[in-house]
Amino acid sequence: NMAGLELLSDQGYRLDGRKPSELRKVQARMGVFAQGDGSAYIEQGNTKALAVVYGPHEVRGSRGKALHDRAVINCQFSMATFSTAERKRRPHGDRKSSEVSQHLKQTFEAAILTQLYPRSQIDIYVKILQSDGGNYSASVNAATLAVIDAGIPLRDYVCACSAGFVEDTPLADLCHAEEAGGGTVLSLALLPQGGQIALLQMDARLHQDHLDTLMEAAMTACRSLSTVLDRVVREHLQEVTTLTAE
Amino acid sequence: MLKSKTFVKKTRSGGVRKIVREHYLRDDIWCGSEVCQSCPQDSTVLQRNAYMESSLCSSPHYLIPDTNVVLHQIDILEDPLIRNVIILQTVLQEVRHRSAPVYKRIKDAIHNAEKHFYTFTNEHHRETYVEQEQGESAAELHDRTIRVAAQWYTEHLKKAQTAEDLKVILLTHDGKCKEKAEEIGLVSYNCEEYIKSLIANPELVDRLALKSEENNESDRGKILFPEHLPLSKIQAGIKSGRLLQGTFRANRDNYLEASVFVHRDGEEDVEVLIQGLRSLNRAVHQDVVAVELLPKSEWAAPSSVVLEDEGPKEDENEDEKENILKSVASEKMLKPTGRVVGIIKRNWRPYCGMLSKSHIKEATKHLFTPADRRIPRIRIETRQASALEGQRIIVAIDGWPKNSRYPNGHFVRNLGSAGDKGTETEVLLLEHDVPHQAFSQAVLGFLPKMPWSITEEDMKNREDLRHLHVCSVDPPGCTDIDDALHCKDLENGNLEVGVHIADVSHFIRPGNALDQESASRGTTVYLCERRIDMVPELLSSNLCSLRSNVERLAFSCIWEVNHNAEIVKTRFTKSVINSKASLTYAEAQMRIDDASMNDEITKSLRGLNRLAKILKKKRIENGALTLSSPEVRFHIDSETHDPIDMQTKELKDTNSMVEEFMLLANISVAQKIYEEFPEFALLRKHPAPPPSNYDILVKAAKSKSFELRTDSAKALADSLDAARAQGFPYFNTLLRILATRCMMQAVYFCSGMDSDFHHYGLASPIYTHFTSPIRRYADIIVHRLLAAAIGADSTYPDLMDKHKQAALSNNLNYRHKMAQYAQRASVAFHTQLFFKSRGILNEEGFILFVKKNAIVILIPKYGLEGRVFFENKDKNNPRLTFIEEIPALTVEHHTFHLFDKVKVTISLDSSNIQHQKIRMSLVEPVIPGVSVSPQSAQDCEPEAKKTKLDC
Repeated sequence: NMAGLELLSDQGYRLDGRKPSELRKVQARMGVFAQGDGSAYIEQGNTKALAVVYGPHEVRGSRGKALHDRAVINCQFSMATFSTAERKRRPHGDRKSSEVSQHLKQTFEAAILTQLYPRSQIDIYVKILQSDGGNYSASVNAATLAVIDAGIPLRDYVCACSAGFVEDTPLADLCHAEEAGGGTVLSLALLPQGGQIALLQMDARLHQDHLDTLMEAAMTACRSLSTVLDRVVREHLQEVTTLTAE
Repeated sequence: MLKSKTFVKKTRSGGVRKIVREHYLRDDIWCGSEVCQSCPQDSTVLQRNAYMESSLCSSPHYLIPDTNVVLHQIDILEDPLIRNVIILQTVLQEVRHRSAPVYKRIKDAIHNAEKHFYTFTNEHHRETYVEQEQGESAAELHDRTIRVAAQWYTEHLKKAQTAEDLKVILLTHDGKCKEKAEEIGLVSYNCEEYIKSLIANPELVDRLALKSEENNESDRGKILFPEHLPLSKIQAGIKSGRLLQGTFRANRDNYLEASVFVHRDGEEDVEVLIQGLRSLNRAVHQDVVAVELLPKSEWAAPSSVVLEDEGPKEDENEDEKENILKSVASEKMLKPTGRVVGIIKRNWRPYCGMLSKSHIKEATKHLFTPADRRIPRIRIETRQASALEGQRIIVAIDGWPKNSRYPNGHFVRNLGSAGDKGTETEVLLLEHDVPHQAFSQAVLGFLPKMPWSITEEDMKNREDLRHLHVCSVDPPGCTDIDDALHCKDLENGNLEVGVHIADVSHFIRPGNALDQESASRGTTVYLCERRIDMVPELLSSNLCSLRSNVERLAFSCIWEVNHNAEIVKTRFTKSVINSKASLTYAEAQMRIDDASMNDEITKSLRGLNRLAKILKKKRIENGALTLSSPEVRFHIDSETHDPIDMQTKELKDTNSMVEEFMLLANISVAQKIYEEFPEFALLRKHPAPPPSNYDILVKAAKSKSFELRTDSAKALADSLDAARAQGFPYFNTLLRILATRCMMQAVYFCSGMDSDFHHYGLASPIYTHFTSPIRRYADIIVHRLLAAAIGADSTYPDLMDKHKQAALSNNLNYRHKMAQYAQRASVAFHTQLFFKSRGILNEEGFILFVKKNAIVILIPKYGLEGRVFFENKDKNNPRLTFIEEIPALTVEHHTFHLFDKVKVTISLDSSNIQHQKIRMSLVEPVIPGVSVSPQSAQDCEPEAKKTKLDC
């Protein structure tokens, strides 16, 4: 129609009925995949991601890649051909996916205690099964759970969330329509306990005055996510311990 | 915090794409009613005592209008009487899609606390969410959603169990929807039915839009117009090139003729002529329409006939009239001719005008004649016709069925009696789209609290210049003083000159309601006896006004100049000043001339005056133009407020002194902000006019055998200076008046969006507006840019966005243009008042233009322009010969040339009350049968002073 979508109504509701700071519904499971050393599946609204972790194992391929003091982290991000409204031609290896892979690598290099595993390699594979905004964030959250499932020590949960700006109001955890229709999108990965930022990424221009409010919104969202992830991990442990106890 | 269920809403757009969106349902959306005890809400909007005296519903009630009611009866909903209305999210969203203007109006109503309009987010409420059923259409779903929400409210409020027995009424136009609503036990009325039932307020009925007529149009009256094509067919037609899309412009003088401007990418714009009622096919001025070209054999030439729609009586002879249009025309004059086949977008707005009462006494249907002659008459239904007679009213169009000669509309508002000064001012403000309502509470809330004083905080980043001998020079009676000056000797022999501008941007912070309101107003509009402020009076006339002997915040531009007025150093600073004197131009001039006065202020003024003269000389050497346009000012009677005398505005040395320094400050600031923000500087340019614009000027000069060169501004300025006729001192001024008419409009623009910065009139490569922030919004933006450039203030996002700035410039340009038109209209109206009180006058004037059948005469004494027509509808016309090349017009035996001196009588023609005009008739030279004898002899002295083009 002639008017675009109204991202935030005067009553303070977003397109899908959320308030500006509310997250989408999060559902997650760990250990969904027997093959890998660790795996997890997460749904953040309609964005669904599957993460599988292999390792630590010895460095595959050329030995030259190995680092003498820590583990090499290898990340591969891909999107299923059926994940978006229009069928994707290249599921991985395109510029966008490579970029997200790179960001994931940086994020987990900051979070995993890599110095415990010198001369070895950890593989993290993430696949987006359905995409509705916040692909990077969902990937990080899924991968965190998978890494924990694999028993690899982390400094802290790494939680990621996106945030955007509509008429001076920061919106947390953007869906696809909000990402496409609004202005600047900021993705932030946080180690919540220490408050360290593992990754901060923003493509478009944003006025300096707004950066603090936007980051604050994203960090608050990351903290709420970390409580959700923590609960998932604890429930999973409970389940596993009762199973093994039997 | 959030208890949500996830639903999936599927929509298909563009056929193949499946969009899946989440839809959260909430249980924390409240009803907004004062009576409710179950909703834990912080604040309520809907009142407990929602009492409206209606014959249909005796108890207090809330209204829930459906989408069509909001779209068509927005005038009713806006009425202050209608309160306690629940606007559903479903309705609001649909209105947003269907009509942007109505959406804005309903939102304004919602924001108005006195209206008690509550928006209920029903689609996200757990109990009012509705899922589409198998086989249910979108429209059916939409209606059902509204009914479900209405039902929820009914039950919800029942639970509250108030003493008043609060009801909920669903207003709908749709008979089926009403039936279904009643089936589920809802109270539902037709909007008309409900409004008519309001016992205490019968006048509301007039504001009802006539919606019902369209439904039964087929059974009444003959079909007058061809059917409009549906939008899908229009689109196909435009794609194939069979139809053309363009803006419809009605002819002001001939109601049976119009033109459509067709703009196609990559091709030249075409103007398509439309003639005759059936071809015009219900298009209204400014509509976007689709036209079909007629075969070349049917092309016609625009007729030069003046035809006024005389009213409803002559339905028969319309065809006859249309034949008049088909004047015999040479092949060359033929223009592409077409007919309107469909409307792409209506651009109707509420129109000002007057009621032409029906001749039948009991009739309730009357015709309304808009003030704008391009708009057709509108048929409205009212019972207060006798009360509205002679009043200026506002009417909105509702629709134009194909069996109706005129569009149908409804009464919106009464402005007051015609001819009344207040009413006429209101009309011209409305017709020129000048925002002039009082400032809202939200805007006033951002004003500083009184008593105001300068605090420690304010002094940060600010220089204390209170010790300087600053003074301001303005026209008499000026209360919004935005500039002040000083000049002092420096120890190194140079001079320090300072221009101090009111620091308005200190008070108006970016983005707040006050800022938005000022940005939307764009400029202060000065009418003859009224000023429509851009910023509230507290700022414009008090806190920002640089009055004498009070401490005021300023933005200063300070130069060090040598005695040849060459700039050695420029600096900008925010400051505090204490003006020592507010002078008028005359007072300042007296001080300069009076040798006995030697105080600091006078010395400073003399220094400034001397420098200004050098600056002006330099500027003119550079090719700046001094043009002339007669400006008038009225002496207004202090009691009746009627104009008692009229004179052209005088200019003194000191006027040009102040102006010179303002220009200098503007140029210095423009350079600075462009240097600092090459992408985001808000500048002002004045494009050079295309050479053809000068044709008339060159011809005029040639008539007195002067050669004007127009290849550059400098050449034009020089040759204008040289053109001085012996024994005809006014000749040069006349030439300059003509030159003014050849110029282009100066406009604001954003430096990142344009490459041509040149200011033609001032011969400056770069220019902006810095010196009047109280009355122009552009200056506020420039202040903010400059403050950011010198580190005195921070930037904000919108300032650093060139697209937003370009949009802002467009609005400012529009507002400035409309303000100028409104000003002219106001002068014209007061001129009429003046001549009305004076009766008939004889004056001397000069011929400014020679036309085919008329001469345009300028009366220098009043700066008044008028036409003397030599053709008359009823009488025998004199023999006329027009030679375009010279140009010259021979009437009988006398030939009129440009700049001939003539004598005319001036009187007011009020035969048409909506369009009163000044009538001029020729007295001298005497042409038998054409000229008239002088009425009452009065002495006349031609006298006029030069005035400057507002750059």
